[in-house]
Amino acid sequence: MIVEDAICSFCGCLCDDINVEVEEGKIKRVRHACRLGSSKILGHERIKAPMIRRGGELCMVSYQEAYDRAAEILLRAQKPLLYGWASTVCEAQKKGILLAEEVGGVLDSTATVCHGPSVIGIEEKGLPGATLGQVKNRADTIVFWGCNPAEAHPRHSLRYSSNVCGRFTPEGRAGRKIVVVDVRETRTSKNADKTVIIQPGTDYEVISALRMLVAGKGDVVPDEVGGVPKAELDGLAKTLLAARFGAVFFGLGITHSRGRYKNIDNALSLVTELNSHTKFVIMPMRGHYNVGGIGQVLAWSSGFPMSVDFTRNAPYFNPGETAACDLLAKADTDAALIIAADAASNFPRAAVEALAKIPVIQIDPYENPTTLISEVVIPSAIAGVEAEGTAYRMDGMALRMRKLVDTSYPSDEEILSHILESVHRLQRGLER
Amino acid sequence: MIIKGGIVYDPANGIFGEEMDLCVDEGRMAEDGKGEVIDARGLLVMPGGVDAHSHIAGTKVNTGRIMRPDDARLGIEPRSGVCRPCTGYTVPNCYAIGYRYARMGYTTAFEAATPIIEARHTHEELEEIPILDKGALTLFGTNWEVMECVRDKDIGKLAAYVAWGLRSARGYGVKIVNPGGGEAWGFGSNVKGPNDPVPNFDVTGAEIICGLAQANEMLRLPHSIHLHFNNLGKPGNYTTALETLELLKDIKPSRMRQVVHVAHMQFSAYGGTSWRDFESKAPVIADYFNSHNHATMDLGQLLFGSATTMTADAPLEYGNARLTHNKWSNHDIELEESSGVVPMVYFRKMLVNAVQWAIGLELALLTRDPWKVLMTTDHPNGSPFINYPEVITLLMSKPKRDAEMATLHEQLPKRTSLGGIERELDWTEIAIMTRAAPARILGLEDKGHFGPGADADISIYDLRPEEVDPSRDHALVKKALAAAKYTIKSGIVVSQKGQILAAPPGRTLR
Repeated sequence: MIVEDAICSFCGCLCDDINVEVEEGKIKRVRHACRLGSSKILGHERIKAPMIRRGGELCMVSYQEAYDRAAEILLRAQKPLLYGWASTVCEAQKKGILLAEEVGGVLDSTATVCHGPSVIGIEEKGLPGATLGQVKNRADTIVFWGCNPAEAHPRHSLRYSSNVCGRFTPEGRAGRKIVVVDVRETRTSKNADKTVIIQPGTDYEVISALRMLVAGKGDVVPDEVGGVPKAELDGLAKTLLAARFGAVFFGLGITHSRGRYKNIDNALSLVTELNSHTKFVIMPMRGHYNVGGIGQVLAWSSGFPMSVDFTRNAPYFNPGETAACDLLAKADTDAALIIAADAASNFPRAAVEALAKIPVIQIDPYENPTTLISEVVIPSAIAGVEAEGTAYRMDGMALRMRKLVDTSYPSDEEILSHILESVHRLQRGLER
Repeated sequence: MIIKGGIVYDPANGIFGEEMDLCVDEGRMAEDGKGEVIDARGLLVMPGGVDAHSHIAGTKVNTGRIMRPDDARLGIEPRSGVCRPCTGYTVPNCYAIGYRYARMGYTTAFEAATPIIEARHTHEELEEIPILDKGALTLFGTNWEVMECVRDKDIGKLAAYVAWGLRSARGYGVKIVNPGGGEAWGFGSNVKGPNDPVPNFDVTGAEIICGLAQANEMLRLPHSIHLHFNNLGKPGNYTTALETLELLKDIKPSRMRQVVHVAHMQFSAYGGTSWRDFESKAPVIADYFNSHNHATMDLGQLLFGSATTMTADAPLEYGNARLTHNKWSNHDIELEESSGVVPMVYFRKMLVNAVQWAIGLELALLTRDPWKVLMTTDHPNGSPFINYPEVITLLMSKPKRDAEMATLHEQLPKRTSLGGIERELDWTEIAIMTRAAPARILGLEDKGHFGPGADADISIYDLRPEEVDPSRDHALVKKALAAAKYTIKSGIVVSQKGQILAAPPGRTLR
């Protein structure tokens, strides 16, 4: 059987033209996807059964035992952290938010070590954006700033940006100017008309210089900014101004270098300024396929898009205090549920060390470094492959992920519902 | 359920403040009822409120939340009883939307603008809003396929496309925003009026509006086209409004209703040539509505204080951002639309804002037939919906309006006729403008009235219409309207004296 037009559950591109060959309930081949996507869809060795750590060793248990233990850990904690949520569907995220409310925890997503600074930048300045199809159909000038889609979002250029043809862009790549701004040559810059290499940590200064040049105040710009000669920056500003429709895509090179959210704030201001001269939009290159979704679901449920603390019975949001790494760094959390993300691989060392000191519940299809520090491990169906649900693409477009094959593993949503039931049962027991 | 002895206002059935009992059976109004008895002796009883134009769900609403943590912090209510936690003032979270409407006695609300391609997001949020019955209008005004059908003068094909679009988007009706403007904004410009050609498409806004109106009637849709004019929010735009309304006066409605519903008329009733000589043209607009029967409007009343402007009129939002230097979100939607979000504060001492405030009230008071005028604030553009009691009391009390005007800019009386208007609306007129008329204008047969078989959506207020004089006791009235004594949704008491007792999920109407 061939499942046509399946949606890939790897990155924020959510490519929706994937054909998957299924034989006897197993995925045999994946067509159209990039290597990252097809390896995700094909999968690899799974966690076999739920486990609880006893005497230092993870021992296999029943699902019900794992749910009960997870509920007990969450209820016993003063301030549990419920972290991850990027590689699962919105239905699971909704249940997770309800669980965080019930147990009085802090819910945070992988954005906190990814595009969290972009969210704060957007809180300062708003987001002048567009859907990816708008870029495909109209953009004649595209800037990739601090991102490397050729390796991280391999089909971005073919489906949405540099190389795709659209109604007003019939020539595709030939009709576009592609600019890369980064601290080094990348595979993306090989496809660029112009690569501007800046010194690491000077994004803010370079953006400020461009703002001045675009606003016609170039006389205040020094001869060199961030290692780039003024003449080159002036040329870049002219390229931006000459666009009929311009698009800026940015990545972690700018969100996690010196200046962090201020870099994004400045880039948003540059794009706003450019709109007094021509048309420009800007968009973060979101990594995990549904990291956009947790931001959306959290915002409509709690009013805030990340790092939400429910311990006061009402949502409280103060990144720097309520973000996952901040809580861990200050030892301000005493249990963690990690779902659809691998905190142990991606957090700063000190945060991982803090995580290793508290009871951790892991919900994931795969074993990974977080498993090594977990007290409860609950294997799940792979959302977007073995379980259906909604996901939000990097441009905010909601798409329905299909179930491609059957599985005996419960979905994230089912697991969280069961933990919620155990929580309710325990709460009733405590009341008695 | 039996509701005993209320003073009932059910204008759709010719009941204007009569003492009577109401019966509910299985969630609907019935001839007989049994079980729970609610004592409403002497109290004001109306059908549940229906909001025909509000921005409550979807990409732009959530963008408003994401870019405004400041706003989320203004409305925090902890979880309690059946309630999930609430946040937000102008952009409340989904739960707050459901509970706050219900507390005021509202039981139905319509999201006013959803692009087809982003409808899934809208429905995800609508599903999360408790209590209310909900619907969403679908945007067609600057859509490539629509413009091509209109250009080719193929109304049959256009109707087929509209039918497909509504079905795909689970939409309720046809919304048109700044027709043609969204396409122009794709390359950073705008159209200057309904007769300005849309770049690259060889059509005009006027042709798009007329084509969609014809397609709407060909499909016999329950609602008419729902129109946000070109040039909205600009001084002198009342001529655009009149010119556009004239285009539609000869189209025959396929049902007993209007041919066009005008969204947030206040923002399109502006005179003057610039903000400097900005003035109200509400009397001219009201005259037009008084002498024509093909159009209805909602107010889009503006109130002083915080708001969040959000619309599919993206060039307007860019203008707002440049004007206020506030943060700006824009969202272009491929093939279909563009949109924007900008936070806003309206000031009492700013003449322009004071004139805008007056225009909404003038429109409601100068249009003679209340069936043509809906009370809205275009939530959260003019003000958040929780301020409806303020608008209603302004419409019911001349002394309140006078007292308010005395605090506003001294030039105001020269720019508006509001000070000279004596009319004070009565409960029948309020019941029409907030219940019966929105239901009729939307084509919701089971809403906005108490006829047998209608949805048992009922609001009971702690007010004795036979004793209270809203003109004098406006503060009392405002307080009572802010928290209904009982709000009943499909036969279930969902709110009592401002406390949410039950939070059933509500339906999506389509």
